[in-house]
Amino acid sequence: MLQITGVSRRFGDVTALADVSLEIRQGEFFALLGPSGCGKTTLLRILAGFESPDSGAVTLDGEDLLGRPAHRRPVNLMFQSYALFPHMTVARNVAYGLEREKLPKAEVRSRVAEVLEKVGLSAMAGRRPQQLSGGQRQRVALARAIVKRPRLLLLDEPLSALDKKVRAEMQLELKRLQHEVGITFVVVTHDQEEAMSLADRIAVFSAGRVEQVDAPVALYERPRTPFVAGFVGANNIFSGRACSVGLASDGLGVLPGSSDLPDGTPALLAVRPERLRLDGGRDGEGVLKGEVADVSFYGGVSHVSVAVPGRAEPVLAATQGATPIRAGAQVNLSWAAGDGVLVPQ
Amino acid sequence: MTRSTVSGAAAASRSRRSRALGRLVFLGPGLTYLIVLLLIPLALVLSYTLFRRGRFGGVVYEATGENFTRLFDPLYLDVILGSLRLATIATVIALLVGYPTAYLIAMLPRKWKTVALVAIVLPFWTNFLVRIYAWIVLLSGPGLVNSTLGELGLGPFEFLYNQGTIVTGLVYSYLPLMVLPLYAAIEKLDPQLREASANLGARPARTFVSVTLPLTLPGVVTGCLFVFVPSFGNFIIPELLGGGRSIMVGNLIRDQFLKARDWPFGSTLALALIAVLVVLLLLQAWSARRA
Repeated sequence: MLQITGVSRRFGDVTALADVSLEIRQGEFFALLGPSGCGKTTLLRILAGFESPDSGAVTLDGEDLLGRPAHRRPVNLMFQSYALFPHMTVARNVAYGLEREKLPKAEVRSRVAEVLEKVGLSAMAGRRPQQLSGGQRQRVALARAIVKRPRLLLLDEPLSALDKKVRAEMQLELKRLQHEVGITFVVVTHDQEEAMSLADRIAVFSAGRVEQVDAPVALYERPRTPFVAGFVGANNIFSGRACSVGLASDGLGVLPGSSDLPDGTPALLAVRPERLRLDGGRDGEGVLKGEVADVSFYGGVSHVSVAVPGRAEPVLAATQGATPIRAGAQVNLSWAAGDGVLVPQ
Repeated sequence: MTRSTVSGAAAASRSRRSRALGRLVFLGPGLTYLIVLLLIPLALVLSYTLFRRGRFGGVVYEATGENFTRLFDPLYLDVILGSLRLATIATVIALLVGYPTAYLIAMLPRKWKTVALVAIVLPFWTNFLVRIYAWIVLLSGPGLVNSTLGELGLGPFEFLYNQGTIVTGLVYSYLPLMVLPLYAAIEKLDPQLREASANLGARPARTFVSVTLPLTLPGVVTGCLFVFVPSFGNFIIPELLGGGRSIMVGNLIRDQFLKARDWPFGSTLALALIAVLVVLLLLQAWSARRA
């Protein structure tokens, strides 16, 4: 549906986007995830028409998008700061886009009422944006963007200005709305939990490049690049060379893992903290041995960091609930070969 | 119990007194300045409006209302209305020239903004009179413009000493005072609001009318006031560029005091001028509160 081909953009010496290609499907909830400054917002602004790429093409349902000025694109953007018009009421804000289409007044009124109902703000129609809470403003911004029934809805950090509790509510609401209206959503975010919980597929950006495009579970379980392994979720990362049973690590011997990399390829091995098994005491079987440096209890899980001789950073293990292990204890660490993911370096 | 309450109240009143004293220390110099140099002279001038003129200037303290009746003499009313007209035209032209200028400056990259703003206020570094005389040099019969046009086989034209020249002088002198508040208003405007408007399907012209202009209206009102107020009471520009006749109310006031030696009527004209400006200031305050 949306086809982005070889899009590049430079600002002076800074490469914001380097040869980015993506294909986004009809009705999909797609996330652009990356640290700030990785180029994801630039891509969004190119789609909206506020920025033009130095090279590359963008088509929407086969039609060229880049040749059209911003006000003629069937694409709506929900701004990070919401950008609500402060001199207009909620209803006038929402009606603004429909009035530009020169629709009959009665239709504008009924569609505005309908969309305000959908986001639960019918009672606020006569208020000014300044008189609303953050969550309410966010919903006005969303209503203003979807009321035009765009083919593509862009959301720039839609939830970042909200506090944690409202954010969780709005996440569910966004997903429900997307199902209801059936519009393709492209959301930009630096918050991986947000991307994971909302999106059907995620494109991870780093320094202007797309590192990996995958469904959230695949992205978490099978990172394909060192950046994704380090950026998405917590990971214990070991470096070395691929071998038949896993990784011949630098200084820690052979670590179990599964891969189809040719032997001897420089690689990283990534193991999720929750996949690590800890057993205390005697000289039992273990891949690594170490001393517990610190235990933190988070309610549902506990994080145990283990200092392993021969490795600079501690190894992090997560256990369900509270753990009897205390700092200073000698422990053995192990994991199944299937849980060690090899990533070419 | 009672005692501690009493002493608490005493302490509170003491701290109130010291706070009032503190305020007085800070307000004192400004207040003294305003009272001695503005309020007292103003009250004096305004009190003249109620008395007769002295034969060789000054005031005879004999109550009369004739100064006010004279104000509505068509002779003087025309001058007041004429001044209103010229000041209004100058303000409108300054707004039409100033808005695009301020808008462009606000859109410049940061370092060029500073350069442009310095260029806008640069004329203020030269004496006002010198700048007005420069216009005479430019526009006079054998002046720079006419001699250049003469080489092209045109003219000579009579540029000076008409109402158009006065308006030119007023616009030229006070344009920076229009540009600066407009610039501040436009610069403050979140550029994402314009983007949001475009994103919702508005052409650039529609975005300007529906978003940019309404949200910069306080700047427009302030700029207009900054140009209108000094234009309305101006007497140097009409004197030098308008041919020295009493064309604007400023000249009239000056002439009443210095030539006709009619201080009471001069004061009455001054009062009329102040009254018009106060009404305008109240309107501006009202519109600023609404925005």
